[in-house]
Amino acid sequence: MKQVRWFPGKHAALFAALAVGVGCFAQAVNVLHFNPPPPLRAKIGTTVEAKVPLSLMEGYHVNSNTPSDDYLIPLQLTWTKGALESAGVVYPKPRLEKYQFSPDKPLSVFSGNFELTAKFTVPATAAPGPAAVNGKLRYQACNNTMCLAPKSMDVALQVDIVK
Amino acid sequence: MNLDFTVTKKRTLQFLAIAGIAVYLASCSFYSTEWPSVKDEKDRKKAPEFVLKDASGQDVKLSDYHGKVVLLNFWATWCGPCEVEIPWFIDFQREYKDRDFAVLGVSLDEDGWKSVRPFVANEKVNYRVMVTTEQVDQLYGGVDSLPTTFIIDREGRVASSHVGLASKNTYRKEILTLLNDSHKTERGAVSSIKGPLAFATFGAAWVGPAVSPVASK
Repeated sequence: MKQVRWFPGKHAALFAALAVGVGCFAQAVNVLHFNPPPPLRAKIGTTVEAKVPLSLMEGYHVNSNTPSDDYLIPLQLTWTKGALESAGVVYPKPRLEKYQFSPDKPLSVFSGNFELTAKFTVPATAAPGPAAVNGKLRYQACNNTMCLAPKSMDVALQVDIVK
Repeated sequence: MNLDFTVTKKRTLQFLAIAGIAVYLASCSFYSTEWPSVKDEKDRKKAPEFVLKDASGQDVKLSDYHGKVVLLNFWATWCGPCEVEIPWFIDFQREYKDRDFAVLGVSLDEDGWKSVRPFVANEKVNYRVMVTTEQVDQLYGGVDSLPTTFIIDREGRVASSHVGLASKNTYRKEILTLLNDSHKTERGAVSSIKGPLAFATFGAAWVGPAVSPVASK
């Protein structure tokens, strides 16, 4: 059979086109990602804080926890009852941005990489050892020309409960 | 480093490359809003039938609009770009309703009429608005990005689709093309889109085969 040569540069460009195409499709799926932090050390009887790092696909934004309009869906993190008790969530300061679809009225949004802070109390009855706290992050994302349906994303934090 | 490949492998690579470019064009057209996109009649597929309730509780059945050009807009109250388009659609409804044209708005709001009713009243929407069901979303390709708008010809076929904010002028041109084209329905060739552009437009059309299950809420 005839042998042909492999030209890395030429074929790499073609594969790049494929990758970009797949990337375009990926935009419609998940634009917000949770980057799990290292396990949180939680001492029984104290209040602890956990960072919830999030990254949003470039070009997209999510409404902040305090959107500019009643119709807009806020970012909201809620925790299910577990080994730790939620003591509130601190959201970062939102940015006020104008978009093609809202050129006059700035919207209160988060974009790029941002971090929420979740506070927990560790009950005196908590059992020492590894545990997890589970929550849901509800968000609604848009780019300059379209919006994606609201989504709820699972968020889990690993905890190491100590005396 | 150089590696040897057989002809078969080369052809596989060429196929992958072509597929990649095709995927790229199709997927990026998915988000493109400004290309003229009235399809040739032979490429149009039947718009899936649905029955949904309007604000007054009356059934709205797509097939009742056979013979009219329909702008079918999926939207939601939380969608900023949708809010930009709604006044345009109000204008189109007012300007062309006597020329066998109708706008139908389908809201994706999860809490239904609780959000939709005051919003529609506030915006003074003059066309029929319904609240979707999951079944209708699926019929139209699993609507997930808003606004999503289909322009349906007099024969009930999808002539164009837009995902994301398009321009008022783009919509107007497409509507007028279809309204002015009533006498041409048997002759085809409404659009002169050729080659990759035609493929990309086809790739952007979510509507599947001519299935017509009826959904109601």
